Amino acid sequence: MLEKLRSRKKLQLVIGTLIGFCFGFLLQRGGVTRYDVIMGQLLLYDWTVAKIILSAIATGMLGVYYMKKRGLAHLHIKAGSVGATVVGGLIFGAGFGILGYCPGTMAGAVGQGSLDALLGGVLGMLLGAGLYAQIYPVLSKSILKAGDFGELTFPDLFRKRNTWTVVCCFFLGILLFLVVLETAGL
Amino acid sequence: MNDLNEHVSEKFAKSRVIIGSLLATSLITIWSAIGDPFVVECWAQQDGILQSESIWTMERWSPYAVGILIGILSWISFLISDKPLGVSTAYARSAGMIEKTFRGSAVEEKAYYSKYVPRIGWEWMLVIGLIAGAFTSATLSGEFQFRYVPTLWEQTFGHTPLKRWLVALVGGTVMGMGARWADGCTSGHGISGTLQLVVSSWIALACFFVGGVAAAYMIY
Repeated sequence: MLEKLRSRKKLQLVIGTLIGFCFGFLLQRGGVTRYDVIMGQLLLYDWTVAKIILSAIATGMLGVYYMKKRGLAHLHIKAGSVGATVVGGLIFGAGFGILGYCPGTMAGAVGQGSLDALLGGVLGMLLGAGLYAQIYPVLSKSILKAGDFGELTFPDLFRKRNTWTVVCCFFLGILLFLVVLETAGL
Repeated sequence: MNDLNEHVSEKFAKSRVIIGSLLATSLITIWSAIGDPFVVECWAQQDGILQSESIWTMERWSPYAVGILIGILSWISFLISDKPLGVSTAYARSAGMIEKTFRGSAVEEKAYYSKYVPRIGWEWMLVIGLIAGAFTSATLSGEFQFRYVPTLWEQTFGHTPLKRWLVALVGGTVMGMGARWADGCTSGHGISGTLQLVVSSWIALACFFVGGVAAAYMIY
């Protein structure tokens, strides 16, 4: 039944829109579509962004690993390498800090009427993605391959037979971090 | 065979208990730290008078409630669409679509666009929905407003839209390139990848923030 539902292309576009709607609603209501909140995080005085990301990870992880175990979900693991993940991540970060939105929250900012996101950020993002497609053939033969670590997850890395040990460690680690944040009054 | 079945179901029962208790602990922690995040009526201080407010018109929800709900949204997305939440691919496909209107279908032969075909798909609709969802939320809370310059920017750099536009354009370009370079953004890597415990996603998330904090301190 699930396979059937997933293969219905038009219905999936509707589902995608609905999921996006909820995502956008939540991002806006969480405050992270605001430039001031994101810059507050990057200037380390407003930890809203970290709180949202970490509680989403903790919640999502439990459900997704549970569904995986029951055969209800597949993991979608992104391969990485030092050249792609670290270099690309730092470039992304620099742009993120200059712009003050990330791609998802920028779309949300457009929805709340922020014109700097629509006319500056979105336009730049399209330019950047287009430029990347232009230089991709060169990059893919060189830097993207440097220090390849493939499609790796932490349960694979620690070679634990019981994935749940790793899941629990991450969960408790996140919980501890959030408790420390709250205790510190951030 | 029966033994094996029992063994498996016992393992399931165990994992269920573990998940249940972890969820309970986190809920209690949140409850005690910030108060019930799911209250329908909430008290807000306005002009020194306490007023009750409905959750739909509240300007902000607790970040923990929002995070947990995004986590649950990712379960739904994995379950019924077999897709992780991710945003930046849609920008790449749009860039391809725009290029296609100028240069025709030759664009699809570019190595990158044969990997990410410039067509409307699930992620693209996700972004459209995202804009609509944010618009609805902002309208309900009365937050919707056309703004060219954010408050924090205005306090430091003044209200000239051109300056903010240029910086946003440059930032967007760098970020757009970085998102494709790292193969994901704050949603694709930062939430969806990390929740699957993918090593590259945790590294990417750390790099996003290292780069972001460095850039933010250089600007302010």
